[in-house]
Amino acid sequence: MTSNRPLLIPSPRTPSTHDLPTLPVFPDSAKPSSAMDSENPQPTLNSSSSRRSISSVQSKPSMRYGSRGADSEGAASQKEMNDEDVRIIHINDLAHTNERFEFSGNSIRTTKYSVITFLPRNLFEQFHRVAYLYFLVIAVLNQLPQLAVFGRGVSILPLAFVLLVTAVKDAYEDYRRHRSDRIENNRLASVFVNNQFQLKKWKDVQVGEIIKIEANEGIPCDMVLLSTSDPTGVAYVQTINLDGESNLKTRYAKQETLSKLPEKDRITGMIKCEKPNRNIYGFQAFMEIDGKRLSLGPSNIVLRGCELKNTHWALGVAVYAGRETKVMLNSSGAPSKRSRLETRMNHEIIMLSLFLVVLCSVVSLCAAVWLRRENDNLDDILFYRKKDYSEGEVKDYKYYGWALEIVFTFLMSIIVFQIMIPISLYISMELVRVGQAYFMIRDSQMYDEASNARFQCRALNINEDLGQIKYVFSDKTGTLTENKMEFQCASIWGVDYNGGRGSLEKDQLVHNVQIDGIVLRPKMNVKADPDLLRLLRSEKDTNEGKHVHEFFLALAACNTIVPLVTDSSDPNVRLIDYQGESPDEQALVYAAAAYGFMLIERTSGHITIDIQGERQRFSVLGLHEFDSDRKRMSVILGCPDKTVKVFVKGADTTMFSVTDRRLNLNIIRATEAHIHAYSSLGLRTLVVGMRELTASEFEQWHSSFEAASTALIGRAALLRKVAGNIENNLIILGASGIEDKLQLGVPEAIDSLRTAGVQVWVLTGDKQETAISIGYSSKLLTRRMTQILINSSSKESCRRNLEDAILMSKKLTTVSGNEHSTRGSSGDGITSLALIIDGTSLVYILDSELEEKLFELANRCSVVLCCRVAPLQKAGIVALVKKRTADMTLAIGDGANDVSMIQMADVGVGISGQEGRQAVMASDFAMGQFRFLVPLLLVHGHWNYQRMGYMILYNFYRNAVFVLILFWYVLFTCFTLTTAITEWSSMLYSIIYTALPTIVVGVLDKDLSRMTLLSYPQLYGAGHRQECYNTKLFWVTMVDTLWQSVAVFFIPLLAYWGSTIDTSSIGDLWTLSVVILVNIHLAMDIIRWSWITHAAIWGSIIATWICVIVIDAIPSLVGYWAIFDVMKTGPFWLCLLAIIIAALTPRFCVKFLCQYYSPSDVQIAREAEKFGNLRVSSPVQIEMNPIMELPRR
Amino acid sequence: MRQIGVCLSPKVSLWFENLSSSLLLGLNLMEVDGGRILKVSSGAQSIPRHSRKHKAFYQFTQQSLPACKPVLTPAWVITTFLLMGVIFIPIGLITLHASENVVEIVDRYDTECVPEAFRSNKVAYIKDNSIPKNCSRYLKVYKHMKAPINIYYQLDNYFQNHRRYVKSKNDRQLLHGLGYNDTGSCKPEESNNGLPIVPCGLIAWSLFNDTYTLIRGRSELKVNRKNIAWKSDRDHKFGKSVYPFNFQNGTLMGGGKLHPRIPLSDQEDLIVWMRTAALPSFRKLYGRIEEDLNADDVVVVNVTNNYNTYSFGGKKKLILSTTGWLGGKNNFLGLACTSVGSSSIFISIVFLLLHMKNPRIL
Repeated sequence: MTSNRPLLIPSPRTPSTHDLPTLPVFPDSAKPSSAMDSENPQPTLNSSSSRRSISSVQSKPSMRYGSRGADSEGAASQKEMNDEDVRIIHINDLAHTNERFEFSGNSIRTTKYSVITFLPRNLFEQFHRVAYLYFLVIAVLNQLPQLAVFGRGVSILPLAFVLLVTAVKDAYEDYRRHRSDRIENNRLASVFVNNQFQLKKWKDVQVGEIIKIEANEGIPCDMVLLSTSDPTGVAYVQTINLDGESNLKTRYAKQETLSKLPEKDRITGMIKCEKPNRNIYGFQAFMEIDGKRLSLGPSNIVLRGCELKNTHWALGVAVYAGRETKVMLNSSGAPSKRSRLETRMNHEIIMLSLFLVVLCSVVSLCAAVWLRRENDNLDDILFYRKKDYSEGEVKDYKYYGWALEIVFTFLMSIIVFQIMIPISLYISMELVRVGQAYFMIRDSQMYDEASNARFQCRALNINEDLGQIKYVFSDKTGTLTENKMEFQCASIWGVDYNGGRGSLEKDQLVHNVQIDGIVLRPKMNVKADPDLLRLLRSEKDTNEGKHVHEFFLALAACNTIVPLVTDSSDPNVRLIDYQGESPDEQALVYAAAAYGFMLIERTSGHITIDIQGERQRFSVLGLHEFDSDRKRMSVILGCPDKTVKVFVKGADTTMFSVTDRRLNLNIIRATEAHIHAYSSLGLRTLVVGMRELTASEFEQWHSSFEAASTALIGRAALLRKVAGNIENNLIILGASGIEDKLQLGVPEAIDSLRTAGVQVWVLTGDKQETAISIGYSSKLLTRRMTQILINSSSKESCRRNLEDAILMSKKLTTVSGNEHSTRGSSGDGITSLALIIDGTSLVYILDSELEEKLFELANRCSVVLCCRVAPLQKAGIVALVKKRTADMTLAIGDGANDVSMIQMADVGVGISGQEGRQAVMASDFAMGQFRFLVPLLLVHGHWNYQRMGYMILYNFYRNAVFVLILFWYVLFTCFTLTTAITEWSSMLYSIIYTALPTIVVGVLDKDLSRMTLLSYPQLYGAGHRQECYNTKLFWVTMVDTLWQSVAVFFIPLLAYWGSTIDTSSIGDLWTLSVVILVNIHLAMDIIRWSWITHAAIWGSIIATWICVIVIDAIPSLVGYWAIFDVMKTGPFWLCLLAIIIAALTPRFCVKFLCQYYSPSDVQIAREAEKFGNLRVSSPVQIEMNPIMELPRR
Repeated sequence: MRQIGVCLSPKVSLWFENLSSSLLLGLNLMEVDGGRILKVSSGAQSIPRHSRKHKAFYQFTQQSLPACKPVLTPAWVITTFLLMGVIFIPIGLITLHASENVVEIVDRYDTECVPEAFRSNKVAYIKDNSIPKNCSRYLKVYKHMKAPINIYYQLDNYFQNHRRYVKSKNDRQLLHGLGYNDTGSCKPEESNNGLPIVPCGLIAWSLFNDTYTLIRGRSELKVNRKNIAWKSDRDHKFGKSVYPFNFQNGTLMGGGKLHPRIPLSDQEDLIVWMRTAALPSFRKLYGRIEEDLNADDVVVVNVTNNYNTYSFGGKKKLILSTTGWLGGKNNFLGLACTSVGSSSIFISIVFLLLHMKNPRIL
């Protein structure tokens, strides 16, 4: 998804009809029930308008009010469809449809390559990396005869190897895609051809064809529905593949096409629709059929990737096929980020390049000096002999004057010393990250059993960033909480009923309904307040009872929930499952059911509610969907007693402004007080209001509603205006309190994170009171904290507030200022501050000079809570922190409203929860529960960071030591870049000899056990302090490298000076000693030796030995049999031994002294772990105990 | 954790208190939490008991494979260094002893063998073929030398590892002779009159051609010049039917000539020469004396001083050396081992003292 636009939000409705004459005028408000005759499949206006409304309203929980930016406002519907961006489809007329436009076929190809294009395309993509280009340039340079240092084959070996590994990986992935494509393309669909339905492969389906889908079948392409098995044209689809939401969505066939069956009467018509686009929730089209022009909206189209459910069959016309389908247009990979460590590493790579240049310059200058000095003798020097006499005329052989010789020597030395830039590091890092990701994914502690969700690693290149996170920005709903709403209490007509809170009593009668001997029962039970129940049963006629009645009627009716009847284990009992997109609405409907207002059926145009055992039908005359400006939704209901009522539910802020203040002021006050009380308990509140409409009001509304909903331009605005007109002068019935339960282990997780020195900021769209109370229950806030509240409504007051707060914080933090800056706020809480700021204030602060002040203040606070923030503001806050510090930020969220924040932060974590997959799609890592953040950061993050940091340094060392050995030797070969180490060995060095151990260590080594890391979150500070990779360590490593290379080179040099040793033998000695050295060096730093590590380290040494022997057993190579000869001699073994000891002793001593006299936290913890100060030291799994009674109020 | 900070140096213990207090804080917080009891369960319990393979795989995926985690304790480190010392000092001493036992006579003759008159322009002298190049050297045996005694020539400041030099040969031609004609790599000594030179290349062309005749008392010492090259080279790198028929016939004479009737595999001087030396100061085996030399014997060596090292200031030496397991005389290795060993001991003592003075309990 490229845009930040929350795709979950439906685009406003599209008009169902265009020509007014086709619409019978609704005669009278007193006769709405006439439309409810279900036997009449051709209902009048009501059904079509209400159906439309139901389908398009996708109300969201109140929490997300703030999150719905104006950006989603009807962008699609407001633009006029021009002829250029229109595609015309002639239904069931392929020739005609495809004559002018080239519509894509329905075969899909998610593969990147074909057999032919694989090589060029893959190579092209791979060479996008600068590192590979470097490789290539070196290899090309080596092909020039003047510069040929290595044999041609040898010189391209490393590049070829890297390319090959990557290409094989790509090819395999592509093959898998290809296989799944083939399966997908060869699925069968029933297509209407030659006046009958025939099975056709998916790939052969074409735009314009009529396709019949059976129940539980997948949908082969995007189709406009024509008719379904349901007489009213409803089809239910599951969109889990599209957006991850498992609930059923309703889609509708047009009234006019319902009765048409292609077998009987040929359907002809034309659909004009938009060009393919990636908006899942937007579709705009017109259908011309039988001379009528119908408008089509997103509720009339079923998309590829969905499955048909609860509907026997559905007929549709293919409009978008293959790669033009919305699901295909939406399939894009995760954004690629670059890890902080890698960015830092690049500085050191530049240092290494400078070294390289220095080495090359030294070599070329020395060579030049030698050439100048020996200039006159060059032809006499037996080992040089400048001139070539063989071909008659005498000419210089490979001598181009000393100036050119400098250039050539320089270039040649770059070729020889090329691995100074550790190219293999890039590929090892990739492999290591894959390995790390594998272990993160397989971690049983990050596996969510409830949702069967494993941890997901969507971005593969920022694993190690997890070890350095300093700021965590968390969404609240669905992230800290479960987003499983539960109705808790209600305030009705100024009376608080909260007796239902507490445990579900066993003897409580579960409300159920009997129909034909079958008992219908809601799937979930809600505790009911006994007083309220009694009131409902006994006092139906009192004023109070009436209001309670209306209240629950509103809860049951004012929503878009679809009840589905499912079988249960008891054949006589059926369960009603309320399917809907908003968890709040589900909770409210279940609550209403518990109080005897059971929504039983929703068909087009009417709903059936069982009220206290009595079935009643209400016709849904109109529905104003939720939008973020109004923050409420309303439904216009025709009641059985012939009255028309409008029920409204919405957020308190906007509801109280549209109430009839002349009435019931006391009740409003009482309700407001209750709402305040509820939200301070952490409950989500919704206010319910209603009004009875008079006939004239209804008429007026109806005509303007129809006009608005068929308008082509500015439809959304018009509809909003219509809604605004009707939603006023309401009677406040009451308010509901819904609890969004905290997820398991959230308080402990937050506590751990804060102990680890991570600042947790909560950004929520909720009300301030709710946010604060969740803050308390999640241990984010403690009673001892000083709260700073900033709710300002102007820039000036914002500035004043901020300045005051900063002054105050300065006073408070001077006491513990030092501790604050170094260790973060370790939760002692004596002087810690909590900043609570709301979205309105942020409007004035973000993107102005006040940002600086806010940041200063926020930095002094240990907790920051932002409430009522919009999605873009969330991203703005993340950006604020990112801009001003070098610290790493992590954003975690579950909904579409968190997408922008997740993309903005250095690390984005998506919770795969109730609100679809938008957040997951945008995230780098996805997991099931908030508490997994603790093992993710404290354990895996720490490990990954430590491993990767060490691995980078080690790789620098490993390559530099080799290059330096080559360099020293060059100084003894008259600066002519001869290598004693065979070219094969020098190429295999980073591929075979030393590659595997670093990868194994990078994947498997653990500095501390999981238990230790979880028990002492402070250890996470190692990442904050950059203990594993910093410039100092780099230089120390380089000095060590220098010493080791000196030891490796000069011990044999001095031992063999003036002896009979030949180049190959001493080269083999150097090869073996450097390989053994670097492997033992690594072995010395390994913290945890498992059999795999042993195998890798010793195996590499053995493999090297074998390789050297094999190379020396090839007669055509220079070093034939050298290794066997040299291995027979004593000095060889003595040198080997002396090299290893002499090279490693300094490092060993320094390491020991450092660990002993200035140990790091990690070191201390490791010793504690080893010597049993921790209770358990064997490899044992420790789990942060998530099973704990949640604080409930 | 409480007993940790008992006997540390002030600075360390202060630091340590900070950490342990923060660690304790963590503990306290956990106690306050109440609910957070560490739940300990062995890795295998959380999955149904399957085979051992399953268990091992589970341990693998949870990164909890059984492993040992060495920690550098003072005792361990001190013992290691001590052990290294104990191993290396004897090795060093043995090596030194072996080196002492090797008797080696070195005689540099490149300057001495040039007549006084030509000392100022040695290059002219060596290039002038009309001047006889004979020269006699007197070597006194200072210690009994046991047979076999190797005769080496040593060249200093001679870069047999020069890039253009080492490349200038053709291994396949050496093995197949004229059967292999692509001798491009042999430049600038590739062909003569259109025929490839066998053996081609600078290395062969620059073959060392000083000769030595050793006389003890009245009789000539028999010098065995067979088996001086590697057997592997003779068998597999130099052809048995490749004859140097046109060697050193070119415009510019380099070094030694080869008998055109002897196949390359038997031209051991060439084979020795062509196994290029690694370092600019190198020896090559000339032959072996198969009889003992007694102390105070005087060996007269008649040198034909043909080889031109004068143009680049190279030195030429003649060496007589007995053989030991160490090869030649080599004090460096012995010294290196002893110094590694003694520094290990030294380090272990320093660490021991440090540890006694500033102990830190782990």
